[in-house]
This record gives sequence, structure tokens and C-alpha cells, in this order.
Amino acid sequence: MLHSKTFNKKTRGGRIQKLVREVYLRDDIYCGALFCKSCEDKSKARLTATASTILILDTNVVLNQIDLLENPAVEDVVLLSVVLQEVKNKNSAVYGRIRNLIDSPARRFVVFSNEFHRDTYVQTMAGESPNDRNDRAIRVAARWYQSHLGEAVKVLLITNDRENKRKATEEGVSAETIESYVKSLGQPALLDLLVQPASEDVIMEEVEDMRPSKRKVVYPEHKPMSEITSGLTKGIYHQGKLRVNRYNPFEAYVGSESIGDEIVIYGRGNMNRAFDGDVVAVELLPQDQWHEEKSLSIVDEEDEEEDVHLVPGSSDDAPRTSIPVSSSTFDTNPVSSRPSGHVVGIIKRNWHSYCGSLEPMPMPAGSGGLVYALFVSKDRRIPKIRIQTRQLDNLLDKRIIVAVDSWDRQSRHPSGHYVRSIGQIGDRDTETELVLIENDIDARPFSAQVLACLPPLPWSVSPKDLNESNRVDLRHLCVFSVDPPGCKDIDDALHCTMLPTGNFEVGVHIADVTNFVHPGTPLDDEATQRGTSVYLVERRIDMLPKPLTEDICSLRADVERLAFSVIWEMTPEADIISTKYTKSVIKSRAALSYVEAQARMDDSRLVDPVTKDLRNMNALAKIMRQRRIQRGALTLASAEVKFQIDTETHDPLDIGMYQIREANQMVEEFMLAANVSVAEKILKEFPECSLLRRHPTPTKEMLGPLLRTAAAVGLNLDVTSSKALADSLDRAVGDDPYFNKLIRIMATRCMTQAVYFCSGELSPPEFLHYGLAAPLYTHFTSPIRRYADVIVHRLLAASIGIYKLPTIFRDRPQLTSIADNLNYRHRNAQMASRGSVELHTLIYFRNRPTDTEARIVKMRSNGFIVFVPKFGIEGPVYLTMRGDKGGGEWFVDEQQQKIRKMDGSVSYSILQAVKIHLEVLEPKPNRPKLQLTLL
Amino acid sequence: MEFVNPEGLRLDGRRPMEMRQLRAQIGAVAKADGSAVFEMGNTKVIAAVYGPREVQNRSQQINDQALVRCEYSMANFSTGDRRRKPKGDSTNIACENAIFGCTNHWFMFVMCFVMANESIRRRSTEISLVIRQTMEECILTNLMPRSQIDIYVQVLQADGGTRSACINAATLALADAGIPMRDLVTSCSAGFLNSTPLLDLNYVEDSAGGPDVTVGILPKLDKVTLLQMDAKLPIDTFENVMQLAVEGCKAIANYIREVSFAREYQTAGVSTWLVVHKKGIRAHIQAPTLAWLLLDFQLSSHHLKLVAYTGVATS
Repeated sequence: MLHSKTFNKKTRGGRIQKLVREVYLRDDIYCGALFCKSCEDKSKARLTATASTILILDTNVVLNQIDLLENPAVEDVVLLSVVLQEVKNKNSAVYGRIRNLIDSPARRFVVFSNEFHRDTYVQTMAGESPNDRNDRAIRVAARWYQSHLGEAVKVLLITNDRENKRKATEEGVSAETIESYVKSLGQPALLDLLVQPASEDVIMEEVEDMRPSKRKVVYPEHKPMSEITSGLTKGIYHQGKLRVNRYNPFEAYVGSESIGDEIVIYGRGNMNRAFDGDVVAVELLPQDQWHEEKSLSIVDEEDEEEDVHLVPGSSDDAPRTSIPVSSSTFDTNPVSSRPSGHVVGIIKRNWHSYCGSLEPMPMPAGSGGLVYALFVSKDRRIPKIRIQTRQLDNLLDKRIIVAVDSWDRQSRHPSGHYVRSIGQIGDRDTETELVLIENDIDARPFSAQVLACLPPLPWSVSPKDLNESNRVDLRHLCVFSVDPPGCKDIDDALHCTMLPTGNFEVGVHIADVTNFVHPGTPLDDEATQRGTSVYLVERRIDMLPKPLTEDICSLRADVERLAFSVIWEMTPEADIISTKYTKSVIKSRAALSYVEAQARMDDSRLVDPVTKDLRNMNALAKIMRQRRIQRGALTLASAEVKFQIDTETHDPLDIGMYQIREANQMVEEFMLAANVSVAEKILKEFPECSLLRRHPTPTKEMLGPLLRTAAAVGLNLDVTSSKALADSLDRAVGDDPYFNKLIRIMATRCMTQAVYFCSGELSPPEFLHYGLAAPLYTHFTSPIRRYADVIVHRLLAASIGIYKLPTIFRDRPQLTSIADNLNYRHRNAQMASRGSVELHTLIYFRNRPTDTEARIVKMRSNGFIVFVPKFGIEGPVYLTMRGDKGGGEWFVDEQQQKIRKMDGSVSYSILQAVKIHLEVLEPKPNRPKLQLTLL
Repeated sequence: MEFVNPEGLRLDGRRPMEMRQLRAQIGAVAKADGSAVFEMGNTKVIAAVYGPREVQNRSQQINDQALVRCEYSMANFSTGDRRRKPKGDSTNIACENAIFGCTNHWFMFVMCFVMANESIRRRSTEISLVIRQTMEECILTNLMPRSQIDIYVQVLQADGGTRSACINAATLALADAGIPMRDLVTSCSAGFLNSTPLLDLNYVEDSAGGPDVTVGILPKLDKVTLLQMDAKLPIDTFENVMQLAVEGCKAIANYIREVSFAREYQTAGVSTWLVVHKKGIRAHIQAPTLAWLLLDFQLSSHHLKLVAYTGVATS
């Protein structure tokens, strides 16, 4: 080992400061080639003996061509630490991806810490810029590799920097650009993956010549960074993350802290090339330009239109509604009170890769040549992306992934490059995979390390488990479970015994997942990452490996299983006298489905113990539910649908609303009670680091659309508190039997979703769960499919003193980041489920044009949005033909939420029932869509 | 921030369990009875020992043992641009004078300045105390009643781990002064960043805000004389980190022993000397050092084998 020292100068806060740092140069850094004779340590070596060429990449290659590097055609790559450092500083997303490649055992990528190697360390020379120094370091390392490995292999420096390439060649290092290297591989498909150089380059200019109409400047220039920073400090510009309206890609919002409100941005011109998620600088428009641009029309610029989609479950996935223009009289100035602005610069890009398909286009003459195609993302918030491809005929009917490279002022569309194709459009597997990719869901099988953490199978309760002092033997109790039919991951079971005193002992038994998933193991890390199981229509993506979810942890009938139990003593009036928490061993007597449980309770001839217990529990649950509703819990409704799936083809056979029975409500009631009890216990013990779940009170604006609809049908809703809202929802009964449900569905849609949080981050009043009207709530009852419950199990075990609290709970920022990840995963899982249902709805209607009844839920200038209760979908119905934009034939009355024909002959009002026709059409080849037409 | 990269290298190229380069020089101050310069990487500390000598302030004299005093300071230039003013009454007085003649704006500024100064002085006092207590533990004070030993340490260059470097320098200087000791005291720090225990933190790692465990041990007696940490750490992790710091202390002890042997070898042949075999190295030891070496060898006779001696240690 060799020691040496270096001297750097650095500026910080404007001052020039001399900093001295030591650098220890080593001789124990190895080249990573398996065939190398001089390096002893081969534990991290990956480069194979068969490799004829070893690639050393320059920073710009890694930064720009990461999609190419991820392709298995590129192997035997050496990444120098100087390159990795530069990549990390410039783009952390690319850095993460390159690290994944390095860690992947399937790939042959090695890291060479050239900065700490005795022979490859270079000191900055006088007058040398950091960039030049790094380039030189790369060349020195390349030369070292060549001399170290000898003549047997060729070491090739890949750089797109002309100067660097020239110098390398001069110094005797073979160097090539990435384009010429890929060409030499002889795989033309790889060329599509190459990122095209920015538009100043020659290649693009040829293109522009071909399409002279695109030559003009489309977008205003972005302000230079220095101007943005000074503008931000002066308060002229406002910084924030741009969020594009999911249902109208021409409208975006920037949440700005500096003005404490959201700035609305209308139109692509004002968005000025910003993507969803970019951090942008915005300048406010003069107040007289704060108008509502086209927000009332269904059809937007170009040819984008609203699709038929599932009914949103909460305000998070519902379309954003702007504050209405009160324009019943003509002299009121239609200026909204919301500030609107335009983007002047982009501070941080949020570009990643997007899934979608190419816009159908005619095949150009002489196929196989280079063509430009427009890519349409499945995510409507993303503009069309122009890509270059040599395999157009191959890609036209495929779902593909495309990454964005640049967007210059002259171009209407951003330019990007093809990454990979997923499969045929419309194919169920392809579309399902698309749903998963879009929602960032990891559906890969579990790795060997994760599976190694599982206990050996077949597993059964061992005497050791029984003798554990903290575990109570509850096998004698009559425990049973009630779940949806066909449920394999049973994580909760119940029991209810009458005590001699006349009170009841009620127990909720939850699968003891933490007995098998220990903190710090690969299994636990994987579960933390996945966060939740994802339920798609035809498959389930588990959070934990199958042996755990379906066997070891699942509380199946007639087998002994480990559980974590919450046991209450309750009076017949359902008052809790005492609560006990304990780990236990149980043996379930019956695994019932909701239907079975309901049938047993209803069948008065049955008097077996399980049925009796069921009836007792149901009686208790009814009281508890009543009490909860009195406290102000909302009974919300959702339009969940259920498919019957063909077991052979996995195609949907039938579709219908999910029916909720008393048995569902009974189980739900006890689960809620268990969650509340556990939340109280862990918060008492760990006030700073408990994981709880809260549901924020909806704001006035969020309830706006509900109130307007209600007002239009002459209903007065009181939204001052959840109690008031619950009461007025109860009173909302019309002549129409479905009316109440419809109002409830609309109310549900106004709420945000509940979120997990770390108790130390917020003050106790904010812990409130609005929907349940509970001051404290957490998730404890489904540890098999939700990671939050696993954390809560650990907290509860620690609070009753049987296990030590894992160290991570002491680290509040880390706990918060886990909670954030859980919220993200949870939301994605829901979006994926919705996506899957939407997909199956489409497949279902493909061969079944249907007539059905629908409800009008929203008015538009040229039609309205209807909700189809039977199938839980929502979509636009056009009154006018597309193209002749309304033509003034129809008139919308905002106040009464009505749309009228000008001559007054026909009118439609909100919540009115209409007959519609559902049919899958293919307006363009390979782009099937569900169309709703009025009958 | 990433303090250990996935290749297992720290920011300066060390691995987690590696120490910075150690360097030591004995006898840097001619006038002192014993002195040493000790370097751990870019941290450089000088120590000078005076004594045992007559107690200057009679009221402090202790009848059955020696009085140990210690003064720690940082050189003005030790931190480069980091404005860390050392204790100094003259600057304080200047500041206080300035307060009276200034506008409000300046007043605030000067107040901050004074407060900063105050906290630095508190830090010096604390470190002085820590060093004194650590050294008192190993000096055989009862052999030198009614006398005084002064230890002065000054940081010449600070780059993390100053506390440990000061203790190591003081040990060397005490040995150089021939003051009888139970054992060497050596000190080393260890931290815990990116879920990895790291030995001997430098300034960058130290300012990361993670836990910094400073340990001082008597290596042969296997006793801990100093243990400091100003952060929270789970107990099992703490044990690992502390164990690592102890290993570091032992490595430093080996180094210090080698340095003093080499030094005695250079100055050998004075009046009375010893010939000692240590792991095959033949070394001659000068008489003043004999006192502590004798003890050292008694405690670990399997390491050190006394071959012959021609005189008795006197001091």
C-alpha cells in the first residue's frame, strides 16, 4: 500500500479556499479480468477470457447511451471511478441504472477505481481544466489496461469527444466513437438505441431540409440559468414541480411555495417544452390573461381526446376541475381567480422512458431505411415523441419503450430514441406488462438470496414455537376466517367466545409474518421495496414469496399457524373492557367465503359453534358500526367491478359490480377495531417513530364539484365536518333508487387518499383519519400483502416488550422515506389494478357491443361524461360530430348543470339516466378504443 | 453522501478498517524534558512535557502523588480557512472594547464573534481535561509525590481525530521524558457512516455528523481509559464500532513502541542500557526510558525478553 497526498482548490460560497485532502494510492485494486494472471483477487472479476475487446467508456457515452449499455449486446465493459463520479454528479438516474448493471450478475461490467490505483492516478497539471484532467485520467487508465492485459485482448476506448479521441490515438490507445463501434457489431437493430446527437449536428439539418415546415421556431427560448436564479430571488419567477393534468394534457399546474398557490399553465406553448414532473421556473401572466382555456371542451387541440376509463376512486386519480366561471350573465368578465403563467426555464428535467406505441403512418418506400416516426405515450400527460428508427415495419404494431433525449425550439415534438419493444399491441400479456412498467411495479420473480431466507418446506409449527415464552397457545379456540372466495393469502382470522360473565372475548388473529421476515435480510429489503402486493384481474404480484403468502403465513383451515393476536373483552353492547396483544398459535376451524358466512348466518337451522359465533360477532359488529357512523364515519361507495375470468384463456367472461354483504362489513368492522387498538398501543409506546395512517380532511375546493352537482339537483350538502357530511349523505334520497349511491360515489371521488406517515413528523391533530372519523389509525391486519403492516407488527412486538425495536426505527428520516415509498407503491398498485381492469373491460367489450343505462356526471360544451354503473366505467358521449366543434348548436347551463339544444327541443341534465351503446372500435389500425354513443 | 463507495473505498482511498498514515518524531523541542510530534494523516500535533519538577503553586501540591497538568491549544493556522480562533485574552479584550463603540449591527456581529470564541475556549478546556485525566491514569503519580508534570499539546494541523492524536503525542512525549508509566496510553477514533464502521475519521468524515467514538486504552493491561461519543448509536453497533477503535489503538501502540525502540537504538551507548529482544529485533534502550519499559516488559514477558542489563534505572 502506498500513500500519497494531493492538493485541491475549491470554492464554496464564492470564496476561494484551499483544501488539502489525502489520497491513498493502492496496489490492491484489480483489473477485473478473469484471465488476468497478475491480479490475485478474482472475487469481483467479470471480464471473460473469450472477450476479444474490452471497452472503456467515456463519461458522455455513459450519460447519453445508457439504453444501449443496458442491451446485452454490450459486454465486457470497464467503468472507471472517475467516469462514475462524473455520471453521478451529472445525472443520478443514469448513475442508478449503471450501478444496477454493475451489480447484475448476468452482465460483465466491472468498476476500476483508477483514482486510487498507484499507476493510474493523475494529478492536475498547472492550467489544466478538471474536464481535461478527467479525460487524461481515462486515457491513462486505458493505456494501463492495455499494457496490463497484454496483446491478447484489445482495449478500446469509446468516446464521442473528438478531442479526447484524437489525443488517445496519438498516445497509442485505440479509440472509437460509439456509433462506429455499434456499426462494427453488425446488429442494425442496436442502432435504434443510439441517442442522436443534438440538433446542431449535421445529421439533423438534413432532416430539417426534408421537412421545411418544421424549421420555424415553435417555442420561446428558455432563460439562462443565471437569469432564472436571479429572477427567483427577486420574486419575478416562481419555482415548482410541473404536474400535467392527467385528463387534459394541455393544462398543467405548478405548486409554488413563493406565492402559496398553484399556478395554472394552459397550452403547450406556455408549458414551453416542460414535461410532467420537471422542476420549472414560471413567470405569471398579466391578470387579464388568467382565463380558462378550453377547459370546458372535451376535444382538445390536435386529435387527442378523452378515453373511456374506470371511475376514479378518489380525488387523486380524478380529473382536476377548475373553479367554474360564473358566466350566467354576459357582462361578467370570465376571468378566473387562479393565477396562470408560462414556463421560462427548466431547472431540473424529469425525463425517463415512456411506454406507448408509434403513431400509425404509411410505410415509406424502400423499407429498412432510416425513418422518423412519432411515438404516442400511453400516459396522456406526455407529448408525442419523435424517434428515428430503421425497423418501422417491425415496430408499428408493437408496444415500445422510448426515452427522451432533447427538445429544441424548432421542433414541435421532443426527440427520443427507441429502447425496447414489449410485444404486440392489444395482446393481453403485453398490455399487462405495460400497466406494470407504467406503474413502476417490479414483477420479476424473487431472487435466490430472497428465497434463501424462507424456512424449509414443508413447514409446520414446531415444539420450539410452542415453547416460546412469548407465544400463547390458542389452538383450543374456535377460530375461523372469512375472505373473498378463492382467497389463498388469508392473513386474518377471528374468534368470539361467550364468557361466563355474559361478556364476549373477541380475538383478531393476524398472520405472524414478522416471525419469518426478519429485519435486514434480503427478504425484508425486497418486501420494503415492493411495499405491497399488486392485484391485477388475472394475476397477483406478491410482496412476499409464494411459500410464505399461500402456505406458511396463510391462516388456512385445519392447520396450526403462528399468529399475532389482539384480544378484547367486550360487553354485549360492544364496549371494550380490556385489550390484550400477544403472539399466539392458532388452528383455524373453517376458512369461509363471504357468501358462505352470510349463508350460515342467514340459515336459522344451523346451530353449530362457528355459526353461533358468527351471529354473535355480527351483532357486535352492527353495534360497533352504528357507533362509528354516529361518530361521523363516512359510508362511501365505490364502483368496483368484478370479472369472471375464463380459467383457460384468462379472458373475461362476465363483468359486474362487486357486491357487499353483511359478512364483509362484519369482518371489516373488527379489522378496523384491531387497527385502531394497535395504533393506540404503538403510539403510546413510541410517540416519535410509529407508522400511522391518516386521511386528510378534504378542502372546500376539493368538495366543489360535489357541491355544484348537488346544488344542480336541488340537494343541500353540509360539508362542515365528516359527521355533517355523513348525515346529509344519508338524507340524500331521491325517487331514484340509485341516486344515493351515485352521490356517495361522487363524494368518494372528492376525497384524497389516506397516507402512511411517521408519527414524529406531524402533530397529533393531523393524525386524524377523516373517512373513518378515527383520531388514530394504522394498518396491522394484512402483513402478507402490505409492508406497512409488517412494520406495525414489529412496533407492536417491541411495545409489548417481546422483541427489540430494529435500529431503523431510530432513524426518523429513514422511516419517513419508507413511509413515502409505501405511499408511492400503494398508489401505483392501485393505478395498476385500475389499468388492468380497464384493459379487461376493453377485452370484454371487444366482441360484445352492448346497450346499457348510464348516468350523466359531468357537462361539456359538446357533450357530457357518463358513468356506467354496471361496468364501473366512465367516458365521454359526444352530442356533436367531432370536427365541427359544437357549432353553437348546444348550450351549456353551468348553474343548473344542463346542456340544451339551442332550439330548446332536447336537454340533458346532470345525473340524468340515458341509454347508451358500448362498442369497441378501431378508428386506426391496432388502436382499439371503447366508444360510447347515445341511443 | 456516500462515504464508502460500493467498491469499498472511502473518499480518500482507504478501506473502512484502515488507518491513516502514522508518523512520529521524538524530541522535537530541545528545551523540554520530553517531546514528540505525532501525525495521523494530515492531523499533526506537537507535545512537550516538563517534569517531574517542583510544584509552582504550592497550594496545589499533593503530598502523596504528582500533580499532572495539561494544556491543549490549537495553532491559529491549524485549520486553514476555517475560522477557529484560539483562546487568547488579547482578542477577547479587543472585542469587548469594540462592543462599546459600535452600532447595533456591529454589536450583533461582535457578539457572535465573542460567543464563537467562548465555545472554542470551552472546547479547549474540555480537551485539556480529557487528556489530563487519561494521562493521569497511566502515570505512576505515587512514585513522584510533591512534584508536578506539565503536558503541553498543540495542534499544528487539524484534519479530524485531533483528540486521539494529542493523546498519542502526549504518550510519546511522556515516554521521552522518562516518566514512569503503567503502560502506554494510545487513542484512536472510529465512526459509523453508511452503515459501516469506519476507523480513524478524517475531517470530511467527521463533519458528516455521524457518531464519532474516541477510545483510549492501555494496550497491555487491556483497559479502557477514555471513551467518548456524542451521538446515539444502537448498542450492538456501538460494540462493533468501539471494538474497531480498540483495534486501532493497538495498532498505534505497536507503532509507538517501534518508534521508541528505533529512537533508543539511535541514541544508544550513553551510560546504562538494556538489550532487549522484541520479535527478533535487537534494541538498545537508554536509561530514562528504562523505567516504563521495565514495566512494559514485566506485563508481557512473552513478547519482550530481557537478555541482560548492566544498570538500574534512575530518574
